[in-house]
Amino acid sequence: MTRVLLTGNGAAAWGARLARVDYVPAFPITPQTEIIETLARWYDTGEMRGRLTLLESEHSMITAAGAAAATGVRVFSATSSQGLLYGMEMIYTVAGWRVPFVLVNVSRGLASPITLESDHNDLLAARDSGFLAIVCATCQEVLDSVLLAYRLGEDPRVRLPVIVNLDGFTLSFTREPVEIPEAARAADFLPAFDPQGISFRASQPSSQAVAVLGGTPYSYFRYETHLAALNALPVYDEIAGAFEQCFGRAHPAVETYRADDADVVFFMMGAFATKAKAAVDGLREAGERVGLLRLRLLRPFPEARLRALLAGTRGVAVIDQNLSNGKGGVLHTELASALYGMRDAPLLASFVGGLGGRDIGAEEFYEMAAVTRRAAQGGVAPAPRLLYTATELREMRKLQAVAAVERLETGGGQ
Amino acid sequence: MSEHVIQRMKDLPSTHLLGSGTPMCAGCGGLGALHEIYDLLGTRTVFVNAAGCMTLLSVYPFTPFRGSWLYTAMASAPAGAQGVRDALDILLEHKRIPPEDDLSTVVLTGDGAAYGMGLSATSGAIERGLDFLYLCYDNEGYGNTGQQFSGATPHAARTSTSAGARGYSGEKKDLFSIWTAHRPVYAATVIGAEPLDLAKKIEKAKRLTGPRLVLALAPCPTGWDFDPQQTVEIGRLAVRTGIWPLKEYLDGKVVHTRVPHPRQPVEDYLKTQGRFRHLFEPARNEALLGEIQARVDAYWANVE
Ligand SMILES: Cc1ncc(C[n+]2csc(CCOP(=O)(O)OP(=O)(O)O)c2C)c(N)n1
Ligand code: SF4
Ligand SMILES: [Mg+2]
Repeated sequence: MTRVLLTGNGAAAWGARLARVDYVPAFPITPQTEIIETLARWYDTGEMRGRLTLLESEHSMITAAGAAAATGVRVFSATSSQGLLYGMEMIYTVAGWRVPFVLVNVSRGLASPITLESDHNDLLAARDSGFLAIVCATCQEVLDSVLLAYRLGEDPRVRLPVIVNLDGFTLSFTREPVEIPEAARAADFLPAFDPQGISFRASQPSSQAVAVLGGTPYSYFRYETHLAALNALPVYDEIAGAFEQCFGRAHPAVETYRADDADVVFFMMGAFATKAKAAVDGLREAGERVGLLRLRLLRPFPEARLRALLAGTRGVAVIDQNLSNGKGGVLHTELASALYGMRDAPLLASFVGGLGGRDIGAEEFYEMAAVTRRAAQGGVAPAPRLLYTATELREMRKLQAVAAVERLETGGGQ
Repeated sequence: MSEHVIQRMKDLPSTHLLGSGTPMCAGCGGLGALHEIYDLLGTRTVFVNAAGCMTLLSVYPFTPFRGSWLYTAMASAPAGAQGVRDALDILLEHKRIPPEDDLSTVVLTGDGAAYGMGLSATSGAIERGLDFLYLCYDNEGYGNTGQQFSGATPHAARTSTSAGARGYSGEKKDLFSIWTAHRPVYAATVIGAEPLDLAKKIEKAKRLTGPRLVLALAPCPTGWDFDPQQTVEIGRLAVRTGIWPLKEYLDGKVVHTRVPHPRQPVEDYLKTQGRFRHLFEPARNEALLGEIQARVDAYWANVE
């Protein structure tokens, strides 16, 4: 085991390397590109055995990934944002093929407006696709989750592709100390890929991904995929247990931080949870019983676990780094549905923030905790809040004013 | 170049590999061509299919193919072929499968995908030198969705989205030239109604490695509006009138494998199909007929 400084992208590449992936269909997009460049180099130097093929689009990339997995090799790919959306038809399609492979998504806000920095709308667009999804908060977790994801997706009870998500910039380009497991240990944890009969061979002709006619066969296969995804809940726990035994690192479906006796918790996913932890520490020092639940497993959704963890909690500040326009934060809806009908369920307060890389400051965490506590005491959920400071609004107004003056001065249109 | 095994009609395979009882229309020219091609390619193949009429060949839990099949989507069948080919290569290299288990990858696509939505995936696959056979059955429209015009629809044809007096205002795109501009190892046009010419080309394509196009004009009774029993006759007329030139591209050169002489007037072909009826009824549209004839004449003037 060696401990080195790695970016999130570097950690993702190391995960793929330790998983001994045979095949990487690829396409560049910021902030993901470093992953495929690293893998391309390792294939070139012979440090990895297999092949990287640069496709002409993510739609083709996901198709090639699914087709190669359907032929019986271990496949890895990576994308982000616009790329994930460009490939979306095939994201849904290959999940239905029931072929396991791992796709790393480096989260980045979606157009429009076009931007580079992170939020989770890209990942959430794939939420209902049939892919399982693990959402990381540290670089170590990225490496570990790639290995976990292969074990999970390839399990005969599951057989589904898995997205491993990391935040653009905050993780992708940030160096953190990461323990790189020894190759032999990784191989113990994750044995060679067993296609389990899903393949194309001259001696065993097969038809895959065929059409169906009518709702009966269609529903049958859709339900099968759903049930397989639900199977992945206990399987995940089993595998995370095996991982902890092997490497000494715990990666539960829901990470808890100082949440045991908390009456108010933050609920969120991704790298900004690290900021929430710092805020929790600050609030604890001030004597407040505040904690954090970080969702790692987005799909399957660990509903029962969340109910158990939130029993006794009075208020939850749900922080969504995403926005479903015309509805609100997606995690808020997800958690509300999970807790619906639960006796003494905590009150939920919805906050949307951190879009396109916008920071969430310590003061904002404190404020969210206070708002949630007050609401829980009063028993009425507050209106959802879109985090934005008066200073930010003033800065925007200034920019607009400067642009207006420039246009006037240079004689442009009004 | 080695001698072709197929010289005469009696050299064509007598056993038929593709099962019957598919949901395709009676007289489907695309299916006819596929039958002929499958007999020659054989079962050590994986057909990677793009959305279109042929997608309904394999409907759970039945398939007429004795070899393998993978349906992908409308735009990305060549990328599916890439994934399968790459995976098989890796398995062979790592000796995880024996050489006998290898398969040839065949893309099976309609014209709508081939001339339009799938063009970028196709271009990418050719530029990567993918070893695959690309089989396009060209029924000159989006057949599966009710024959709207596609990039392959010929000038003046009536489709469900060009139902006016002049039919389709665009020109049929030249997919063969788009392919040859990529310098593939092989490209050919074929038609089911000329089985010997088709067989010779498939035999040739089969022995080559790299990107190979087989573009089959596919008379479509449903979309072109003619009686299913006319499929073969209409196919022959497409060749004899010079509307559908039979040719191949090999070693950087295009060779016409059939130069119709004398060429029948194009109207002999056009008047067999309801989609061109407005050129003859209620009155002959001499101008449009002349335009179409002139275009075909101009094509052959460059060949002859
Ligand atoms: C992305 C996408 N858009 C639209 C469709 C609907 N669709 C299915 S088949 C088809 C027509 C395909 O035309 P072509 O490739 O010529 O094949 P044909 O139907 O004529 O056999 C269309 C538009 C689809 N399946 N996928
Ligand atoms: S619509 Fe045309 S191409 Fe499609 S199955 Fe019918 S005849 Fe064949
Ligand atoms: Mg068509």
